[in-house]
Amino acid sequence: MNGPAIEFREVLKVFPKRGGGVQTVLDRVSFSIPTGKTTVIAGGSGQGKSVTLKLILCLMRADAGRIFVHGQDVTDIEGKALEDLRTRFGVLFQGAALFDSLTVYENVSLPLRERTKKTEKEIGDQVGATLERLGLTGHEGKYPAQLSGGMRKRVGLARALQLKPEILLFDEPTTGLDPVMTQDIYRLFAETQAQEGFSSVIVSHDIPKIFSLADQVIILNEGKVDVFTSPEEIQLSRQEHIREFVRTTMGEIYQSHLVER
Amino acid sequence: MQNNPIQRLGDTGVYVLQDLGRMTFFLLKAFRGVFRRPFRFREVLRQVRFIGAGSLTVIICTAATTGMVLGLQGFYSLNKFGAEGWLGSAVSLSLIMELGPVLTALMVAGRAGSAMCAELGIMRISDQIDALDCMAIDPFRYLISPKFLAALFSVPLLTAVFDVVGIAGGYVAGVTLMGVSPGSYIESMQASVTNHDLRLGVIKSFVFGLLVVWICTGRGYFVWEIRGAGFGAESVSRVTTQAVVMSSITVLVFDYLLTAVLL
Repeated sequence: MNGPAIEFREVLKVFPKRGGGVQTVLDRVSFSIPTGKTTVIAGGSGQGKSVTLKLILCLMRADAGRIFVHGQDVTDIEGKALEDLRTRFGVLFQGAALFDSLTVYENVSLPLRERTKKTEKEIGDQVGATLERLGLTGHEGKYPAQLSGGMRKRVGLARALQLKPEILLFDEPTTGLDPVMTQDIYRLFAETQAQEGFSSVIVSHDIPKIFSLADQVIILNEGKVDVFTSPEEIQLSRQEHIREFVRTTMGEIYQSHLVER
Repeated sequence: MQNNPIQRLGDTGVYVLQDLGRMTFFLLKAFRGVFRRPFRFREVLRQVRFIGAGSLTVIICTAATTGMVLGLQGFYSLNKFGAEGWLGSAVSLSLIMELGPVLTALMVAGRAGSAMCAELGIMRISDQIDALDCMAIDPFRYLISPKFLAALFSVPLLTAVFDVVGIAGGYVAGVTLMGVSPGSYIESMQASVTNHDLRLGVIKSFVFGLLVVWICTGRGYFVWEIRGAGFGAESVSRVTTQAVVMSSITVLVFDYLLTAVLL
């Protein structure tokens, strides 16, 4: 596919403040997310990372500006067109957002059951193959409450992949996971992307660990964005808020990573 | 925080209007979801079991005690005028037209309504509802509409059970304990209860069932939009309490309005 996967043009998003006034989360920002690549969106708490994801998914609407997905203007999209757009996305939520009353198999097969006309056998084959690829075979009958944090994320990833998305969005995919599980999730992610070729957007604080995956890093700060294409570029930035971000968020791990490179 | 009372009043007015608008669209989307494919018959049956069969014990207990109290109170009052023969009429009319629909709705709000509100609230704060949206699965068709259908089916049936058990309770208290003639208890009931009375009871039970499921699911669905609810688990608990209180008061207000209009 030609052109960017996602494009923000002069997007403005404000929220009313309690007691009057507004808080500008995105202040007429413009950036694009390349097709088939991995973009990481980073920034401190409350800087608009999750809002950006929600705007992409049309779970929230921009107050001004336009948003494009593969060239299609989705800013005000509604109804059937919105449903069709959403089937082109896969989303892995921060807490995996699995349905507590459904088993692993039922959770993963849900989008196929609800959005396709596949037979039970076809659904079983597809879900079985995905579960096997993500190391979840044997856990089909378990409920989310019986799974570890890492396994829940894997189930969430398996569910997100079922409709063969063009763009995969990850909201803090490794929050709450230990370093081993974090590496495991990133490994699975890299393998899956290599196989399926989707574009991906990762919202994460965990910048040092995903440098090996990121083709582009977008840092949000006080409503503005800075776009970088390499870790070195971030380190060489003269902007005070970027330097502060490097110091506080990336710290020693980042430094050691640069040495390794 | 604003200290200007006029401004606070204005903000509250705007909030109430927004909330009403939100809830109205919620109701319309819930009804639209009933007709959207694929239909969720199994989920409707599961909800009927939860709202209807699951509430049966509490409904029977409440109905039996209410009917017995009505029997005793009715006997005490009617006996003063030597009209204890009309006890069946007093008990049955009170239950069919008022207490049956109202108390059933209050019990369903307390038992099933609170659970529905908490379930949806938890699904909202754990991104499960957003996940449905992101998979292009209509959350109304998938989650809300089956609850509406089940409540509209279950609440009138539970009300009927309440009426029957309550009348039996009144019989036990009035006839067995206080010595009213069984024939006059049944006869007075047959003589005074008309189709109009039954119709009023059925209409009320439908309306109350709708109010309870609407308010309870709506509060849970919009848990983040509700002023003063806070965040996380605390918001779910506050909104659940609010849903039960609000649906109970709304049922009582609508009871008066329906009685005034339809009686």
